[in-house]
Amino acid sequence: MSVKLNISIARALLLARWKQTMVAAVGVTFSITMFIALLGFMTGLNILLDSLLMNRTPHVRLYREVRANPNQPVNLSSQYNRHYNFISSVKSGNSREQIYNSATIMQNIRRDDRVLGLAPKITSQVFFNEGNIDITGVVYGIDVEAEIRLFYFNDYVITGNTSDLKNVANTIILGKGLAEKLLADIGDIVQVTNAQGERFRLKVAGYYQSGVQSLDKTQSFASIQTVQKILGKPNNYITDILVKLKDVNQAAAIAGEYANNYETDAEDFKTANAQFETGSSARSVISYAVGITLLIVAGFGIYNILNMMIYDKMDSIAILKATGFSGKDVKLIFMVIALGIGLFGGALGLLFGFLVSLLLDQVPFHSSAAPAVNTYPINYNPVFYFIGAVFSLVTTYFAGFFPARKASKVDPVIIIRGK
Amino acid sequence: MSLPILEAKQICKQFKDPVAINVLNDISFSVNKGEFVSVIGKSGCGKSTLLYILSTMDTDYQGELLIDGERMTGRKDHELASVRNEKIGFVFQFHYLLNEFSVLQNIILPGQKLNKKSLGELENRAMELMKILGIQKLSNKKPNQLSGGEKQRVAIARALINEPHIIMGDEPTGNLDKKNSEIVFDIFNQLSAELGQSLLIVTHDPEFAARTSRIIEMEDGRIIRQ
Repeated sequence: MSVKLNISIARALLLARWKQTMVAAVGVTFSITMFIALLGFMTGLNILLDSLLMNRTPHVRLYREVRANPNQPVNLSSQYNRHYNFISSVKSGNSREQIYNSATIMQNIRRDDRVLGLAPKITSQVFFNEGNIDITGVVYGIDVEAEIRLFYFNDYVITGNTSDLKNVANTIILGKGLAEKLLADIGDIVQVTNAQGERFRLKVAGYYQSGVQSLDKTQSFASIQTVQKILGKPNNYITDILVKLKDVNQAAAIAGEYANNYETDAEDFKTANAQFETGSSARSVISYAVGITLLIVAGFGIYNILNMMIYDKMDSIAILKATGFSGKDVKLIFMVIALGIGLFGGALGLLFGFLVSLLLDQVPFHSSAAPAVNTYPINYNPVFYFIGAVFSLVTTYFAGFFPARKASKVDPVIIIRGK
Repeated sequence: MSLPILEAKQICKQFKDPVAINVLNDISFSVNKGEFVSVIGKSGCGKSTLLYILSTMDTDYQGELLIDGERMTGRKDHELASVRNEKIGFVFQFHYLLNEFSVLQNIILPGQKLNKKSLGELENRAMELMKILGIQKLSNKKPNQLSGGEKQRVAIARALINEPHIIMGDEPTGNLDKKNSEIVFDIFNQLSAELGQSLLIVTHDPEFAARTSRIIEMEDGRIIRQ
């Protein structure tokens, strides 16, 4: 009952000075709005930029590096194992680029609980023949379905139909830049020459755009079977196994484990893209710092207004104390005022933040790097709204705490005698 | 009728800043139930200081204070607050009404704090008090719409809401004109005579004091006559 009474007194004080209250609340509203909008936008952009890389990057890649055998015959010989052997002109052995026993490896990896999925891949260097000029390029042999599911292949095919790759024999999807060079329209036939000089005719099924110009000028995609045919390899020929994990952070450990188990080379995405993490986390830190600065500034605003209110209400505090309200009651009244401002301003801020986010979401944004995105990317993560709500209450709590303590210590005698 | 409501035993107080001055010296007296006591003295003789000590708002003194037979000296802040709430009614020179609340709300606020009666009962009692004080028509107005005399009567109603053991007044007529002073005095007199209300009023108006049932006269921090 006492608490209820104190709250009703607080409410009366708040409403009596509603203009002042509004100014304080607007400060909180503004900062929470900006916090939500800024964070939603920044992280939306962050996720977009991250996904540009992450969507197409396997967490673990299994492949075979062409390199010299680290165990040269002379080192194996027992006769010379107490010697220090110098071997000059070591050459890479005639090891194959193919992953040995790929079918079994894929079967085992698919059974691994930590794995989201895998996509086999073949990389092959070819020449595209356009009249009398040859353009060097790469044809990737891909498992279309796995590629769509794990690496969002569809998002990057801007025209044409990806399923043709699988369903129609001898089809190819060309990089946008490459297609322009070859003047190839969809349905046209392009000629491809393999390293051995054999020619193949492939039908263009679509264009691919990664956003990286230099890649788009050389890359193209065909089904695994088609590429195996171009290379003249049997149907167990796979050069890469791309693995997506359920938990990205395990990539390094699992890469090491696979390399060991399957006697191949394995590379995790962090090793392959070391610069990526840095930029991403720096951007998050900046947006949080700006958001929190805004909230703290709003907190000082509330502090000032409450301080003013206390000077304004000195008489009222004195008489409340004289008629039996304790310091605790007075403190509670001012805390309720502060938190009331925080709650009201914060709730409005969350609403406006959401509306501003919706608005930003409508602003056109075209990027050749992200053909699937047409408007500014916004992240509506509820965590931001939660942080915003908590922080608005925490700042107003502290902004109210000191003025409230001051009010609770007002000595009624001094005020009453002062008149 | 001879039960003391308020007892002061050898109360002394010093102001230490800027130099130590004895403001109150060995003040001992008591107020019995139903008495209408006035404290008079020249400005600066310490009568207001004494009143604030008696009212428990000032706790920085030596000596002993008993209200209703209970020792107040050395009690905690919130205990004293509830004693003030329940047992003491205040009327100051300035009215100290809260402009945010209506007259009625102002009067029942200490009652809500005490929380012994329902809101309905408190409102009934407030209306009764306002009738006695002749301000029943003002109940829904805001204090800043009232005249000085009306405000002071509202303040008296507020002081009475919890049926206090004693009403303390610090120059309650100091800001009022002759006519309103007269009204306020008559109210005090009526409260004392008809309801047996104990009153302790500090004033420098000798006419006012002369008509009370007992006068305590102070000079230089001492009681010279009672």
